[in-house]
Formats: sequence, C-alpha cells, structure tokens
Amino acid sequence: MKDLAKTNNPYGDEKVFDACSIFGMMNLKGERFSAKDPVRAIANMHDRGNGLGGGFAAYGIYPEYKDDYAFQIMYLDREAKKKTDRLLSECFNILNEEEMPTQEANVRDPPIMWRYFLQPKKSRTKSQPADDYILEKVMRINTETGKAFVFSSGKNMGVFKGVGFPEDMAEYFCLEEYKGYMWTCHGRFPTNTPGWWGGAHPFNILDWTVVHNGEISSYGINKRYLEMFGYKCTMQTDTEVMAYTFDLLMRRQGLSIEVVSKILAPPLWSEIDTLIPKSELAMRALRQTYGSLLMNGPFTIIVAHQGEMIGLTDRIKLRPLTAAEKDDFLFLSSEEAAIRLVSPMLDRVWSPRGGEPVIGRLESPEVVEVLV
Amino acid sequence: MKSYVSPEYIVERDQDRCIRCKVCVNQCSYETHYYDEEDDIILSRNENCVNCQRCATFCPTQAITIRENPNHYRSNANWTQEAIAGIKKQAETGGVVLTGMGCDKPNLTYWDRLLLNASQVTNPSIDPLREPMEMRTYIGSKPDSLELDAEECGGVMLKTKLAPQLRLETPIMFSAMSYGSISLNVHKSLARAASEVGTFYNTGEGGLEKSLYKYGDHVIVQVASGRFGVHSEYLNAGAAIEIKIGQGAKPGIGGHLPGEKVSKEISETRMIPVGTDALSPAPQHDIYSIEDLRQLIYALKEATDYTKPVFVKIAAVHNSAAIASGIVRAGADAVVLDGVRGGTGAAPRIIRDNVGIPIELALASVDQRLRDEGIRNKASVIAAGGIKSSADVLKAIALGADAVYIATAALVALGCTVCQKCYTGKCPWGIATTDLWLTKRINPDLGAKRLSGLLRGWSLEIMEMMGGMGINAIESVRGNRLLLRGVGLSDTELKILGVRMAGE
Repeated sequence: MKDLAKTNNPYGDEKVFDACSIFGMMNLKGERFSAKDPVRAIANMHDRGNGLGGGFAAYGIYPEYKDDYAFQIMYLDREAKKKTDRLLSECFNILNEEEMPTQEANVRDPPIMWRYFLQPKKSRTKSQPADDYILEKVMRINTETGKAFVFSSGKNMGVFKGVGFPEDMAEYFCLEEYKGYMWTCHGRFPTNTPGWWGGAHPFNILDWTVVHNGEISSYGINKRYLEMFGYKCTMQTDTEVMAYTFDLLMRRQGLSIEVVSKILAPPLWSEIDTLIPKSELAMRALRQTYGSLLMNGPFTIIVAHQGEMIGLTDRIKLRPLTAAEKDDFLFLSSEEAAIRLVSPMLDRVWSPRGGEPVIGRLESPEVVEVLV
Repeated sequence: MKSYVSPEYIVERDQDRCIRCKVCVNQCSYETHYYDEEDDIILSRNENCVNCQRCATFCPTQAITIRENPNHYRSNANWTQEAIAGIKKQAETGGVVLTGMGCDKPNLTYWDRLLLNASQVTNPSIDPLREPMEMRTYIGSKPDSLELDAEECGGVMLKTKLAPQLRLETPIMFSAMSYGSISLNVHKSLARAASEVGTFYNTGEGGLEKSLYKYGDHVIVQVASGRFGVHSEYLNAGAAIEIKIGQGAKPGIGGHLPGEKVSKEISETRMIPVGTDALSPAPQHDIYSIEDLRQLIYALKEATDYTKPVFVKIAAVHNSAAIASGIVRAGADAVVLDGVRGGTGAAPRIIRDNVGIPIELALASVDQRLRDEGIRNKASVIAAGGIKSSADVLKAIALGADAVYIATAALVALGCTVCQKCYTGKCPWGIATTDLWLTKRINPDLGAKRLSGLLRGWSLEIMEMMGGMGINAIESVRGNRLLLRGVGLSDTELKILGVRMAGE
C-alpha cells in the first residue's frame, strides 16, 4: 500500500486537501433511472471542481447479481492484478469477472479496472459475518498486494470514479447504460495533483459510499480513534475517515443515522444542558463516548448505502447543502441551481440546518428531517 | 567551620531612596535585612538571601535590587558554579542537598520545540468572540460503544450506564500539593478558584481540612503511601480519588514533612500527633505489584460505592507506557503522568534533576500504547509537570492528554517566584509554609481571584488558538497530533512524539 499512498498523496502531505461539488438523487419508491440527470446536475457545478477528480455511486445497478459482492478493482500494473487474482480465488468463489466497460473520453492515465462478482468461500469465513470477512479482505488487498485498490465492494451497487471532470468520467464509464434508483455524484478540487484514480470520490466500503465536500480539522484524532477499531486509513483523505466512521457506528455498532449524525455533528453543550434530563443524559453520553469522532471543521457529506441516502453538514454549516423533493425524488446538492436544472418545478426546497441530517429511505417516501 | 560557599546573591540598597520603613526587614523570613538603630541604616546579610523578590516587590521606594553574585569560580563548562557550590555545601553538612519546585535544567522541555497549526484558505478559522468554542471535558472511563433505544417520539433512551465522570469547564486542574507543604490559605484559594471556574483541586497527601469539605464537588482527594488523613468521610467528600504512586520531582522516593511544620491543625487533618515527622514511605506498602494496585483501586471504589472515578498517578519514567497500560487494565478511570519537571515541596536535588523523563515523551508514548492496545477510551490521561502556559496545555492535549494538572503555575499566580526554597518552610510569600505569621500573607479571597484569573486567561488563549485552527470543540484537539509540528528535533524524538517536522 505504500505505493498507493504515495501515488495518492505524492508530496506526503498529512492528508489530501480538496473541496468539491456534491449531488445526490434518489427515487424513494426504488424505481431505477439512468445517469443522465445526475450527470447533467453535477456537470452544472463544473467550476466547483478543477478536473482532477470526479465520480459516481449508483445503487440497484446489478439486479442480476443482487446477492453477490461486486468488487471493482483498480490495478497500477498487470503484476498487481496477478497477485490479487490469486488472493481472490483463494478466498472467494468468483461467479463472474470482466474488464470494466469503458469508452474513449477526455480522461488521463486510466488504470486497469476489473469487475468481479463474488461470494466468500464458506469454508473460510467460519463464524465470521460475511461483511466483516469482506472488510478484512478489502483491507488486505489494499495494504498487502501493492498497486491494487478495491474501489467498490458492495452488493448491487457500484462506484465509478477517476481523475477528470465528473461528466468526462460518466462518459468514460458509459454510465448512461446503467440504471439505478439512487445516484451520488462528486466533482473534485484537490490542492495537489493526484496521479491516482483511487483518490477520487465516492469513497466506498461494502455498500457504503461517501461523497464529501470540506476539510475535517479533526482528521488527526478521527483517524487515530478508528485505528483502535482496526481501520487502516491508507488513502489519507477525510472521506475515507467518514466512510469508516459510518461503517463502525452503523454497521458494527448498530446505531441509527439519527444518532450517528449527533456524533459527527453534535449539539453544543449549551444546547445539551437545556434538554429534558433523559435526552440530556443520552446526548451527553454520546459526546463523552464518541468525542473523538466529532467531525470538526467544514463539511457536507452525502452518505449512501442500500436503501438510504443521507445528507449532513458540520454543526455550524461551513459548507453548503440544499435539499429538495419532487414527487418520489429526493435531491441533495451543493447548489440549488443543479437541482433546478434537472427538475425545474419542485414540491419543496430547503436549506437544512447545520448538523441536521436529511434522510431519504426506500419504501418510506416521507423525507425525515430530524431535529435535536 | 568556616563555610566556603559564597552568597548566591548580593542585595543592593539605594540608600538615597531608602526611607527606613523596615518593610524589607519585616517581609524577609530569612532575616536578610536588619535595621541598625545607631546609624539609622538598613543593612543586609547577603548569605541569607534566596532571591525570592519579596522585599524588592514590597519596598515602597524601589530601593532594593537583588543581583547574582558576580564573584564566580573560574568558568568551567563541566565544573559549574552549581557543581562546585554543591560539593562544598555537602562537605560542610554531610547531608543530602535539598531543593524545592521542579527541575531547573535546560534541554528537558519539548513544548517549546512543538508548534501549533492554523487554518488558511482550505478551512475557515473561527472567531471565539463571536462563535461558540467548547472547552468542556469529562474525565473518566468511556465505553467502546453505546446502546440506545429508539423511542416513538423520535428521541433516544440510553441503555449503557457510564462510569462516573468529572466535568471540567476548562481542561486544567490544580495538581496535588498537600496541606502542610502549603498553607491552609493556599488550599482555600485553590478550592474556591476551582469551584468558581468549574474545575478541580487536588488535596495532595495531607488530607482535607474540615472547613474545605464544602468545596468537595471540586476536590480530588489523594491517597498516598503515608495514608495521612485518609478515612471514609474524606474519601466520600471529594469528587474523585487519586492514588499517588509517584511524583515527577522525585520518582521512587517518599516524602518527609518535618515535625516543626505539623501544627495542631495539620495534626488533626493528617491524623498524626502534633510535632511528629510525617513520613511518606517510598512505595505504598500494600502495593508491591500491579495486582495489588487493582485491589486498592477497587477497595476505594467499594468505599465510595462506585460513584467516584479513581485516578492513579505515576511519575513519568522509562517504562511508563507499559505501566500505564497495566494501570488501565487494573481498573483506573484516569492515569496521571507527572514529568521530570514537576514540582515538589522538598526533594533531594540529585533526584529531582536526574530521575524521570520529560512529560511530553511519556505522554506521547502512553497515549499511543493505550491506542495500540485498544484501551485508550477506558481511562483518561492527565499530564502534569512543567506546564507553564496555555500553549503548553493545548500542546499536551494535542499529544493525547484529556486534561492537565498545574501546580507551580498556580503558585506563581499567588506570588511564588520559583526560588526553590520551599523545603525551608519559610516561604516569604506565605505559600510553602505553615508559619501563621507568614501564611496570612495569602488572602484566600484575593488568592482565589488570582487563580481564577489565571485559568480564565489561559482558557481564553486556548480558545483563540483552537479557533485559529478551525476547531470549536476541545475533543477535536485531543490526540490530534497533526495539529503539531516539531522544530529542532531528531527523527527519533519526532517518532516518539508522533509529530511531523515543521515544513513537512
């Protein structure tokens, strides 16, 4: 992984600094739609990126393999692929594998990209939950084999990303041919010149994806806290820290997104002190226990996993987020204009308050805005 | 025997300015100044002067200047003044050279070689005068995770029961200084300031004087090897209990409060006869290993019905990381690390200056070890020993401390000038003494005001620095070593501190 960290962060900065445009679009009934609108919307925020990173996460795109893990892996050379393939066939039953379909587009230096549909080998997982097994293997591939990076590892979803403007990425990956019920999109403005496609957003682990705009000033401690729970922050990006935080709190510890949002962007102590005793106790315990996961500094994120899309900003809202609804669609965007471009007439459009999540859930068309 | 040790200081008096008011004569507890009635002149005995600056501060006409004695032995990088004078003194007395306060040697401080970050462009700095800035800190054991029940109304209900926690409005506490080594008025000042600011003061090992029980919510009661003043009521009077294993100024050795200092009040509080020496053994004689420590921790928890966090304080020594890990596993709610520059009322100078390691290195390695073992959240880490500014506090927190203890800085706020003569019991500033003529020099009302002023000033500075880094909650600084950069440090030092070189 030394190789990848170096490629992703060529100057060895303490982390990668970037800012961005983000966009999310979800059909709350689960009806699938093409990438056309999400791509138009993110392209509309072209100037928020600088052509050094763009990407998409799409959910519901592999219905024919919906119960299998879809691994999408980047390789810097053939040797890395050979090594990784050996590891994969050792640990998994591979149901299908193919080079990822791409076409000519305005992109630079794409790596070798391969897609696998996998099931863990029963004989090897033992009593370990399948997700933990996958997580462990992803960490292993990313850290051990060298020059290989699993950039997508969930079921019935996929991440498509690289170095370029998001609209160019969409063209390169032929995204108009995919249909998903939920898309999140990212245009990136890094302050260095990443040579590595893996550094682009969305960041993914299992079926969790994060697109992120901002800089986490608490990164140093967030990372060290996650390391206590076995996460290795190899990409040196805020987004990676976000993704692992969601994995730890929601998947492993079973906390709800409402609670997690209060960990990442907690109310002020002065607000907590005025709550009714029962809520005060709970909120205080959250800050006491998870203070190291408070995400300090400016951020807006769109986090998605199967059936759910969440928008959240830092508690004093130092980065923009607009939410909107139209019929069965929920939109989240850095700028309202991008939403209006694909859906000029909206039922409702609002600016969520700092630290208050906007949650879109499949099968529950009502969008919940949680208050303290 | 004629002493070969020459006076360290020369008292200069501008006789044109001197009005013979005798303030200096009365203020000096070392009898440096005396009035010659015949000649109507005030004269000084240079050999008595400790350069505490009491007389110079109180002289109404600023007639007094204290200078270092310019009579030096021949310069020698190896045979320094201190080395030569120390040997002469020992040859004349045949004893151990005593001293007070912390190690005064250069090159043992790392704070000044660590620098903090600030936001520029990629994230905004925050103005603490206009925006919230949160310093509140909770000391105590935290669980790995919480269990919550969702409620119908959308709220949540906490199922996990947290261990007892101390709430600090600023991450600075007053470190242990026993009643006896310092006066009751100083304890009163500390207790009142801690209550006012919302932090804690530590009793030290001399018990808690009855009149201070009312400040119990802001008191940490200490249990040390002498067990002075330890009884059930005492344990339950405080908000937390600290087991003292060691002290940074004198790791591995005990304490000795001379009988002259054991007045009636101190004898009552310490539960020893008036005028007897109070000897604190070097080890706690019921703790010869880690499993014994566990028993004491739980004995104290039992005695207080598991309502109070139990701290364990050790001096920062070579194996601190492994020892701290053991302390956490033994059930302590907080580990206190006291570095080589930590102060004392009395210690052999040779121990103070040569035993123990700098707090910065111990803190960094302890925090990292606890993280490597996945138990950092099981206990808070408190750093002590040589913290002299708000920047040091913030750097300690960034290295991994939950909070810091200050003691020397608190005494300086009360007037102490760090003359290092605490062990004489004659402190002219009325701090490290039990002589009632001297102790009344500290007025607890003014003392509390000075101490809370210090905490408030430091807190404001910490908020400014946090705001500059774009951080509005102290927990985002804690253990966030990316906020630090080193200068003038070797690769090994940087590695142990877990800090990158400036410019990197």
